[in-house]
Amino acid sequence: MKKSTNNLKEPFVRIVKRDNISISKIVIIYAVAIVFGLLLCGVICTLFSDKGIGEFFESLFNGAIGSERKIWLLLQDTSLLLGTSIALLPAFKMKFWNLGGNGQILVGCLSAIACMFYLGGKVADSVLIPIMLVASVLSGAVWAVIPAIFRAKFNTNESLFTLMMNYIAQGLVSFCITIWVKTGSGVLPPIAYGNVPEIGNKYLLPIILFTLITVLMYIYLKYSKHGYEISVVGESINTAKYVGIKVNKVIIRTMVLSGAIAGLVGFVLAGSINHTVSTASANNMGFTGIMATWLAAFNPIIIALTSFFISFISKGMMDVRKTFMFTNDAISNIVVGVIYFIVIVCSFFISYKLVFRKKEKEDNQK
Amino acid sequence: MDKTVILQLKNITKKFGTKVIANNNVSLDVYKGEILSVLGENGCGKTTLMNMVAGIYYPDSGKILINGEEVVIRSPRDAFEHKIGMIHQHFKLIDIFSAAQNVALGIENEKFNLKEVKNRINDMAKKYGFHINLDKKIYEMSVSEKQTVEILKVLYRGADILILDEPTAVLTPQEIRSLFKVLNAMRDDGKSIIIITHKLNEVMEISDRVAVLRKGEHIATVNTSETSEKELTEMMVGKKIELNINRTEVTDSKIRLAVDGLTVVNGDGYKVVDNISFNAYSGEILGIAGIAGSGQKELLEAIAGLNNYQSGTLTYYHPKKDKPVSFYHKTYKRVMELARENAFKDENGNDIDFSKLSKKEITKLVDDEKVIFKEDEVVNLKDKSPREIRELGIRLSFVPEDRLGMGLVGNMNIIDNMMLRSYRKGKSMFLDRKNPSDLADRIISELEVNTPDSHTAVRKLSGGNVQKVLVGREIAAAPAVLMTAYPVRGLDINSSYTIYNLLNEQKQKGVSVIFVGEDLDVLMALSDRILVLSGGKISGIVDARTATKDEIGSLMVKANKNEVTE
Repeated sequence: MKKSTNNLKEPFVRIVKRDNISISKIVIIYAVAIVFGLLLCGVICTLFSDKGIGEFFESLFNGAIGSERKIWLLLQDTSLLLGTSIALLPAFKMKFWNLGGNGQILVGCLSAIACMFYLGGKVADSVLIPIMLVASVLSGAVWAVIPAIFRAKFNTNESLFTLMMNYIAQGLVSFCITIWVKTGSGVLPPIAYGNVPEIGNKYLLPIILFTLITVLMYIYLKYSKHGYEISVVGESINTAKYVGIKVNKVIIRTMVLSGAIAGLVGFVLAGSINHTVSTASANNMGFTGIMATWLAAFNPIIIALTSFFISFISKGMMDVRKTFMFTNDAISNIVVGVIYFIVIVCSFFISYKLVFRKKEKEDNQK
Repeated sequence: MDKTVILQLKNITKKFGTKVIANNNVSLDVYKGEILSVLGENGCGKTTLMNMVAGIYYPDSGKILINGEEVVIRSPRDAFEHKIGMIHQHFKLIDIFSAAQNVALGIENEKFNLKEVKNRINDMAKKYGFHINLDKKIYEMSVSEKQTVEILKVLYRGADILILDEPTAVLTPQEIRSLFKVLNAMRDDGKSIIIITHKLNEVMEISDRVAVLRKGEHIATVNTSETSEKELTEMMVGKKIELNINRTEVTDSKIRLAVDGLTVVNGDGYKVVDNISFNAYSGEILGIAGIAGSGQKELLEAIAGLNNYQSGTLTYYHPKKDKPVSFYHKTYKRVMELARENAFKDENGNDIDFSKLSKKEITKLVDDEKVIFKEDEVVNLKDKSPREIRELGIRLSFVPEDRLGMGLVGNMNIIDNMMLRSYRKGKSMFLDRKNPSDLADRIISELEVNTPDSHTAVRKLSGGNVQKVLVGREIAAAPAVLMTAYPVRGLDINSSYTIYNLLNEQKQKGVSVIFVGEDLDVLMALSDRILVLSGGKISGIVDARTATKDEIGSLMVKANKNEVTE
């Protein structure tokens, strides 16, 4: 028994939970993580190119905020991602893992484009646009509520179900394009009808719209009875049943809302920005939106910041790609992945800290 | 007594985060061949201390010495190398394995030979007086059998120091007695046994010495023969307290709840509540005793409308006699139904002939509070959801066993938890936080809830304060029937007595209190009648003033052995 006793030492490092951490410390941890992540990415990029790290940062910032137009584009991207995240938020607060943002946006797009395609020129734009809006919102809601109904009635796994709905939406889009585009190019040219009129400039509409929706969502979740029910269902289904909340009803109602907002994002994409649809129209925001929502710990106001950060990095990296002459987007994807990873990992240091073994055992003596 | 020190703890300190000091500079000696009780209230750090000996936690500072030599215990495996074994409160067994397989599991340096293992276990069992069927699967076992397997597992690994965390919490009096017999046999064989407990009578009965912890500090270690329960309590709590439950006589008792032939089937098709019938009366406390998992939870949940029962009826006698009818809970249609049953009188006690009145006139009569119930209203609760029950105006409060998982939402603050029952009130789509906020403040001050403010998440409160918030909310609803499941589990002595007093107060107010408990002493001191459950059946209803502990104990295991002949 004695044999091993003296060789054993106190563990080298132990993980200790923090009980309180000041906001300034949280900000510092995130700031350090972001700076460290960017530096690391810069180093990775320089390894694959003859350019230096200075040029990395130059083109990163240039790409994101290099000109007035780029700033507007960045804000527009931010607002779309914000809209998507806000759509996902109530579902996530309810612990309903809606991975179907892409599909919900896409059917929203598709419905609007279908209206434009079939009704464009036959009815006035002032009639067409409201029809598009209703179609988009409705189709997004339907796309989201199908998995919700199955979850409520048959307890199916919502993550898989919503995920699969994405592929169905993509299939639908391909199918429609094949029918609509007789040339066989597989690309639907922009449609001139049903274009939502500009307000101020052509970027401002989504920015205003989704800022407004964020504020409304904040109020809805915090001050309304529905929002309260969502929190209770998300925290504990048992408690919800105990106080007589109809859990299935809340799930279905919330998913209608979630899908409707995603459908609205689709409407903006189709009616105000792209005027066309492709299988990539959702721009993968259904998934980046998940990132933005989680990073913000489900706080609608902070989601605005994380959406901005994510949009900033992806816009900036596009220019970095050009400067560094990366012919495909693999390296820039890796870089973006690394930054996300570091930012996510740093949240560990917000809940925990590491305690290292003291060098001198004698320190412990009384 | 053999006075060799086998285990020594020196200046052990363990902190969780920066604020919680679980153990502060604790020093403790354990002798060879003794039973040492580590006594203290919940949250005083007794389990944490022993977890450090067993290798679950690592101390922040301090030393552990075995046979005078400093050791480092980083994992349960290290602990076994030093012949230390711990039997945790929550058993760590594989359900689909047999007893012998569980014992043999994870032993590396010998060839796996189940027959050999069984022989050795049988020898040990004989030596210490265990009764166990080694081929029985864990999922078929009772709690006490599972505990036996845990003890054998530890002994099989050659432990000389056994730590038992609250070993009696889930046992019947008879099972406790046989456990103590085994523990004594092991002590006589030279093993050192450490029992973590907060039950004084058991400490006095079984242990040679008692180490008392309070708020993470080691207060004293005394010889059991030289102390008394009173002295130990004072050491535990830190001040003199009166441990009396003031049981008043039952007055003015009226039937409030009639349960008839209730049967609940769980998801696996087992009858977890089997043909149960009983009445609960106003102004009395009906205790429900039974081994954990005898159907207590399902019974209460069925009454609260949380699970669908297969058969049986639940009738609630709404205390309405001499009270006016209101449209707040009654629809016009329901009022007319009751009128046909001749349930009403007017202010002067005369019958009202509704057939001669128009709808408008009836509405006016009701609004003017001139339609009055003759008797308590009888409501059939069958297939009613908790929401429907409340919308009928039925005042049925329920303090569930799982406080943070069912009764409250841990991540929400006290105010938002107050709203759980009442947030739907009013037509606005927005929440009214004013009234819940006032209620929260009132409960915090009246029940002395220890919290920074009403905006603190309940999860951050201690167990006693969590329970005060929950019980406070349920009592604030002015219940006619108040059901509580294990309301003092995990609470310190002071908080426990606060809860007992609250229940007694409710009883005196004429509430019908249903109290599911695990501590028989408390059940017998608090209740007026005790209903004993066994395997989902009622094995007896006894008068709490005259019944003995043994009588209740044998009722608790009665149906399990299929001896029930009622």
